[in-house]
Amino acid sequence: MKRKEFLHLSAMSIGAMMLPKFSLLGNPITAEEALYEGLDVSTKKALADVALQAATSKGATYADIRIGRYLNQFVTTREKKVQGIANTESLGVGIRVIANGSWGFAATNSFTKEDIARTAEKAVAVAKANSKIITEPVQLAPQKGYGEVTWKTPVEQNAFTVPVKDKVDLLLQANGIAMQGGASFVNSAILAVNEQKYFASTDGSYIDQDIHRIFPTFTVTKIDRASNKFQSRKSLSAPSGMGYEYLTPLADTRVAGIVTRYKGRYDLLEDIKNATADVEQKLKAKSVEPGKYDLVLDPSHLWLTIHESVAHPTELDRVLGYEANYAGTSFLTLDKWKAGNFKFGSDLVNIVGDKLQPGSLGAVGYDDEGVKCKEWDIIKNGVLVNYQAIRDQAHIIGLKESQGCCYAQTWADVQFQRMPNVSLRPGTSPLSVDDMIKNVEKGIYIVGDGSFSIDQQRYNFQFGGQTFYEIKNGKIVGMLNDVAYQANTQEFWNSCTAIADASDYRLGGAFNDGKGQPSQSNAVSHGSSTTRFNGVNVINTARKI
Amino acid sequence: MAILTKEQAQTLLKKVLSYSKADECEVGLNGSEGGNIRYARNAVSTAGDISNLTLSVSATFGKKTGTATINEFSDAALERVVRRAEELAQLAPENPEYVPLLGPQTYKESITWVPATAAITPDTRAEAVAKSIKVAKEANLQSAGYIENTSSFTAMANSKGLFAYNKDTDVVFSITTRNEAGTGSGYAARGYNDISKLDTHSATKISASKANGSAGARAIEPGKYTVILEPVAGAYMLENMFRGLDARSADEGRSFMSKPGGGNRLGEQLMDEKVNLYSDPFNAELPSNTWSRDGFPLERTSWIDKGVVKNLAYNRYWAQQKNVQPVPFPSNMIMTGGDASLEELIKSTEKGILISRLWYIRMVDPQSLLLTGLTRDGTFYIENGQIKFPIKNMRFNESPVIMLNNVEALGKPERTISIESYRSYLIPPMKIRDFTFTSLSDAI
Repeated sequence: MKRKEFLHLSAMSIGAMMLPKFSLLGNPITAEEALYEGLDVSTKKALADVALQAATSKGATYADIRIGRYLNQFVTTREKKVQGIANTESLGVGIRVIANGSWGFAATNSFTKEDIARTAEKAVAVAKANSKIITEPVQLAPQKGYGEVTWKTPVEQNAFTVPVKDKVDLLLQANGIAMQGGASFVNSAILAVNEQKYFASTDGSYIDQDIHRIFPTFTVTKIDRASNKFQSRKSLSAPSGMGYEYLTPLADTRVAGIVTRYKGRYDLLEDIKNATADVEQKLKAKSVEPGKYDLVLDPSHLWLTIHESVAHPTELDRVLGYEANYAGTSFLTLDKWKAGNFKFGSDLVNIVGDKLQPGSLGAVGYDDEGVKCKEWDIIKNGVLVNYQAIRDQAHIIGLKESQGCCYAQTWADVQFQRMPNVSLRPGTSPLSVDDMIKNVEKGIYIVGDGSFSIDQQRYNFQFGGQTFYEIKNGKIVGMLNDVAYQANTQEFWNSCTAIADASDYRLGGAFNDGKGQPSQSNAVSHGSSTTRFNGVNVINTARKI
Repeated sequence: MAILTKEQAQTLLKKVLSYSKADECEVGLNGSEGGNIRYARNAVSTAGDISNLTLSVSATFGKKTGTATINEFSDAALERVVRRAEELAQLAPENPEYVPLLGPQTYKESITWVPATAAITPDTRAEAVAKSIKVAKEANLQSAGYIENTSSFTAMANSKGLFAYNKDTDVVFSITTRNEAGTGSGYAARGYNDISKLDTHSATKISASKANGSAGARAIEPGKYTVILEPVAGAYMLENMFRGLDARSADEGRSFMSKPGGGNRLGEQLMDEKVNLYSDPFNAELPSNTWSRDGFPLERTSWIDKGVVKNLAYNRYWAQQKNVQPVPFPSNMIMTGGDASLEELIKSTEKGILISRLWYIRMVDPQSLLLTGLTRDGTFYIENGQIKFPIKNMRFNESPVIMLNNVEALGKPERTISIESYRSYLIPPMKIRDFTFTSLSDAI
């Protein structure tokens, strides 16, 4: 985060701890203003046609326009206090063109026809200037126009229509449960996002979309001053492509086990009670003996390992070197894909990319370059078979059409290749988590995501978690502390020996995944069932200062 | 124009305050102009120009505060944003930690604005990038890099008569060069207030020599080693510690600065005697903002003196609770060192590892500030005072606090940037014993 943004953030008294990567381009607005529906579709279409016309008349061979209204709401609290309430809005137009074989982009927050035409012309001018220093012209995969279409996240309750007071009351009630249960501190927040985007292109698409995301989260901390130790436990919620209904649990929401986990919906009040009991236990838990363990990883944990070690290295722009100076490159080079037999993981490992799964952060009807969303295999029976690509990359991996992975964080940012949902398919034979644990002689069962770090080509990683349970001879015998596992991506996925069946399949996700320079944020889910990995190296992270 | 002069900013903010009916009102202005070029595979990939000016208004009734911002500047818009902040304040819950606003303060003029940087044009950026790409091509390497320049100002005023203004210029540049075979990679990063100090040609040369020099790396056994951290590596490691120089989290018992039994580690010898950390907005090499965001004038402040914790930041609320003077968070951070060059530090090393850059540092345990991350873009084995051969990258698990207890020698401080926050620091190359590597990485 840049310093200026930080100042702006502080001015709004938002708990900075909870909101490390939010785009703060927006201006605070009231809840009523958030419900304003904005420009009607016919006005947007007319403005879009102005832009497309202006761009082509100046020599663009392709043009697209995104008219966007981006709403964010943050409600953050600690203990009995509300730290911040902010509604932000950002409204404007981004125009992207190809001219002389090169991309150009320009954006404006003005909605006059004159300014939109001028912005389109500026994008063409940028493209022409850049065309002098490109090495090869852009090759765009063909895309049919869809005409006028719409898509909407199927929300039951728009989070922006829920009064702020209800959110504050829920969070303060949750904080109260933690403090009564003996927590020393508690932070909690509800974050909501609504992207209202209109896309039009010279291919003949006019796509109107209304996209919703929500993320309730907390951290409970307990301190033992005598030993000068403290432990925290984060919520086991999953940021979701849903409305406020995510916070209303249903009969089948709870996944029973050593600690309750959640599927599809979330019970904040129950989870914070459990978290408070967990921090108490964590303070007393024994420190792990380093060595090789069989790991049983819950989906609330495994999503992050999938995100870092599978989803990032299969981003085609990283593979090609476009992220070399920032996010890095990838060990999954094109030759490994071309070989057709690169064993990424064991035969059980089937990884799929999609932007369709209901409730997922990646679910949209069409991506930010007007490609209808789909599903495809990335790893099949352990073998690397595909990447994540957009229109100007499709030809590089022999595709006739884009996989629909294009996204921009706001209207003001140029769209580029971003991660879709990348998920591990569940096991095909019936297998419950209990049955999986029964077969583990010496292992650790990990719930929740924690510390994470991985190298720039995605070979070597280290992950922590929220709670760690020691498994001895098929039984959970107690909690462990100071656990982190380190592995090589390919060795790790080849050590995958069991995946629970579809009844255990759940989504986790990243609300703000960063990539690009200047950095842009993306939201993405990763689904899996509980999975076992054999003989993974576990280190002890306790130190004294 | 997004950059207002001090007088223009003051006139505008006074006008905004004149609309306020709240008990207390604080108004802020942020304006910035700048641009960037991103390149990869020896060609430009994206470029942009950005300009923005934002006004924020915080209105308070009793202990209830509301904030609103706007980027329109007609009289009607200014009044509207004040009314909106006041409406939000009336709806907001009471903030028990609200502290009344500060009165007028005296600030010295900052030295953060460099006209030459403010005058950067798209052509200046393109030329800087062209120079870098040329070096890479001549060395048969693939370059990927980024240049961004920003001119900005910040001003604040409040209903008690406080007015503060600062303007600054920044330019950051980073470059990664890789060989065609993908067996070698190098990096360099620069950040300045003054564009005339930026030499993309020489930075790319350094990156290129690291790329060529790192090819053919050998594996060594992970474990504890003496390391020499170049400033860009050291700054990234230490930045994670600077954020923790806060009294409240320490007093609350949830920081590495917490003292067993209660309180914080102020006055404790926490690090080696060679370690001195201070902030100073008037440092000629690393000038920074001269006031904190709650309006305090910033002066030279010692944080760690000969290894002893001299100061922790106290915001006004926490200072009141603890009955001490507030200590604002600093706007820069400087670590002192010696006169030795990096080469001299290498020469004085019998066995060790030179670390060019660190990557993906994340907190493992906030109690000990244990961090994990990896080496990247040039890691070399040193024997008998010479670089012997490149070695494969490794993952470390180490606490900067433990690291600063194991200081063997410090070199001459250099201005460098954190590769994650892009903030600039003045940090010496550091020779550290017993730095803990826990595994090997195949990444290049």
